[in-house]
Amino acid sequence: MNNQQAISPLERQYILLTQQGLPLCAKPYHAIAEQLNISVQQTLAITKSLLDRGVIRRIAAVPNHYKIGYIFNGMTTWDIQDDKAIEYGEKIGKLDFVSHCYLRPRHLPQWNYNLFAMIHAKDATQLEKYKAQIKEILSDVLQTHQGKSHSVLNSTKILKKTGLRLNKKRS
Amino acid sequence: MKISTLAQQLINTYQRGFPLCSRPFLQLAEQFNVSENEVINCLEQLEQSGVLSRLGAVFNHQQAGASTLAALKVSAQKLDKIAAIVTSFTGVNHNYAREHEYNLWFVITASDQSQLEQTIVAIEQATQYQVLVLPMEKSFHIDLAFTIDFEHENKQNAAVKNNATLRVDSLIDQGIKV
Repeated sequence: MNNQQAISPLERQYILLTQQGLPLCAKPYHAIAEQLNISVQQTLAITKSLLDRGVIRRIAAVPNHYKIGYIFNGMTTWDIQDDKAIEYGEKIGKLDFVSHCYLRPRHLPQWNYNLFAMIHAKDATQLEKYKAQIKEILSDVLQTHQGKSHSVLNSTKILKKTGLRLNKKRS
Repeated sequence: MKISTLAQQLINTYQRGFPLCSRPFLQLAEQFNVSENEVINCLEQLEQSGVLSRLGAVFNHQQAGASTLAALKVSAQKLDKIAAIVTSFTGVNHNYAREHEYNLWFVITASDQSQLEQTIVAIEQATQYQVLVLPMEKSFHIDLAFTIDFEHENKQNAAVKNNATLRVDSLIDQGIKV
């Protein structure tokens, strides 16, 4: 990401204005353009540029998975060999029940897991099956820095959940 | 909750690639052979009922600012109190209680790295717990965009009712990123 273009003040305003979603009206980008005091063409161009640069990942109908019945989510965490981490991370990221898959740093001795994969299911049995499937794939590269090679942290309570919220610019 | 065929089509077709043009809903209307108004009304209803958290851009935290996953190891009797303190920070946009020694997990976002670090320090001061900071080093799959299985609707509702341990105190919005 070396040639990443910085976010301009106008783009920042755009993000602040749209991070809670597009207005549901026939001409949503007109509504945004009006508020930004720019043309519709400019608004569409900004959106496209943010998409091309990866600042916007996708434009989507973002469902509340919990409401649709995906009430079980598990953050599975794994201690895998560092030299195989990218190769196996890619395999896990491709599984269709994995929503997010990341490498994160270990903090020994408190935290020895370097691979994170979020899984979602409609019931506990399905969640268990998914976990077993990941374990099977990772079986050759699992290791134990401190006794356990993996852990599944089921959520017991959702305390706060919002999309990206940039703070208003500090003066 | 009954989800109409149009709603299912909209959700499953547009978990990415929502048209970028001045009349996007018209384009959807033509695709699904309904009117522009029907599309807008359907999406409005989905937002109102909470099935859709929003329709719009999903931003990349890393590029739109700085962010990290973080965790606290809190004693069980203090969990609610500490969770409330953490949630009160505007930079915290997900906060989950989880079954583990580290039992409180959240994402902190900030406009840049230094603001992120300041927020971490502020959370440590406010909670008196040390924050386990786990920034993303590499991402393999960052979108929650899988095909929704709309079947077994009744079974799910029963599951929600039976699951007494899973309390949802505030489901403000969605965009699972943790």
